[in-house]
Amino acid sequence: MLQAVKAPARRFKLGQVGWSLGSLVALVAVWELAALIAASRYMPGPLAVVEVMIREAQAGELWSNIAATLIRVAFSFVVAMFIGSAIGLALGRNPGVDKFFDTWLIFFLNLPALVIIVLCYIWFGLTEVAAITAVAVNKIPNVAVTMREGARSLSKDLEEMAQVYRLGWWKTLRHVTVPQLAPYFAASARSGLALVWKIVLVVEAFGRSDGVGHQLNIAFQLFDVPMILAYALAFIIVVQIIEMVILQPLMARANKWRR
Amino acid sequence: MAALKHSLSVSVRKKVFPAVGMRSEILVLKDVAFKVDPGSFVVITGPSGCGKSTLLNIIAGLDHDFEGTIDFGEGGQQRFAYVFQTPRLLPWRTVYENIALALPPDDPRRANIPELIERVGLTEAVSAYPEMISLGMQRRVALARAFVLEPEFLLMDEPFVSLDDPTAQGLRELLVELWSRRPTTVLFVTHDRAEAVMLATRILRLSGGDASIIEDIPVSLSIADRSSRDKVLAEQRRVFGNT
Repeated sequence: MLQAVKAPARRFKLGQVGWSLGSLVALVAVWELAALIAASRYMPGPLAVVEVMIREAQAGELWSNIAATLIRVAFSFVVAMFIGSAIGLALGRNPGVDKFFDTWLIFFLNLPALVIIVLCYIWFGLTEVAAITAVAVNKIPNVAVTMREGARSLSKDLEEMAQVYRLGWWKTLRHVTVPQLAPYFAASARSGLALVWKIVLVVEAFGRSDGVGHQLNIAFQLFDVPMILAYALAFIIVVQIIEMVILQPLMARANKWRR
Repeated sequence: MAALKHSLSVSVRKKVFPAVGMRSEILVLKDVAFKVDPGSFVVITGPSGCGKSTLLNIIAGLDHDFEGTIDFGEGGQQRFAYVFQTPRLLPWRTVYENIALALPPDDPRRANIPELIERVGLTEAVSAYPEMISLGMQRRVALARAFVLEPEFLLMDEPFVSLDDPTAQGLRELLVELWSRRPTTVLFVTHDRAEAVMLATRILRLSGGDASIIEDIPVSLSIADRSSRDKVLAEQRRVFGNT
């Protein structure tokens, strides 16, 4: 009884942090070792990369490029989640529509990201809208597939309960439907973020004059490996912070009712 | 407290489950007609799979694919609650939130929730989530969710199955108590004969197969008699015979 009302156990234990830290140190050690063995300017060690990172940060370049990329990530992420969810729900709730559009979905799922990017730039010009559209179109089919699965698994039992208790559409949506879809939404948001920021870099390398992708493209032309790794590392850190500060607490909150 | 003024008239001429694949059409209910008077506690009983739950779903308006009519009387349709065979609680809402779910935010009936929660013995679990409490407690929550609406009609579909005997018995006593405190017209489905006798003021027996009503028997136990095992057993023999 008392146990029943106790708050759910904390999800993050010290042991987990220890493991993560240990594994990170091991990764850096392997990197350093590889750099020592290679002894080449194309394989800089961790320290050299961090130095470049600090220099770029002090010059302000790092921040402005990361900001530009993050804004593109945010826009295309929101657009993709919104449109992808709408399509996924429509397909999951209407078997007829689903049957018809299933082939379309498979077509877009298998369309290479590069093809979408190139076509968007050709059709809409080298613009911001083209860039964000290209990223969103790449992501939408994945969101749609996941959300379709969510819509298919909606509980008939709870729907009937909502009906006999006359909850009305808003309450049903808020208390019955959305919580059932939340895990699917969270799954597509997390995999989505990872996919979106990778594609944003490609889009920037191809047709934008700022952002991390653009910077990587320049570094590639100069064969400047420390610069490439410095930007990659900085961006990985930023994405990890977003994951830890925003996504994980949201997930924990959404899951606190689970046993 | 609203007086009970509506009676429920049920007339199902025919209900079939359509053919699926190799299986041919199944006739589930045939000529089931009865009237439930205000304030009565009618138990529908019959063998498993005879269409009891189907009948209740038709009455609740969850199943429209049948021939016949369901009449709650003018405005009565708006005043029923349903307790399902499984609790059907929202796992992501606390016990309290589940009970309050169907009430608008400013509804005066919200004021009764704490007392109701105490009466059904959930005081210590109000802020627990359904998956963290036992099935017996989940069923109490489902019961409270129905009673908090102060419904005129209460439809119940074997709400105490898959519980151990003492827990089920405790819930039956709770139901009798809630029902005697607040007049409600109840339509209760079960295959458990002792349960039927303990709760009912009237029992309708459905036959197996293409179910229709084979018997309509009044039960005349007083509230006090209903918690006596012997009296319930004697009444059960009278109603169902020794079969």
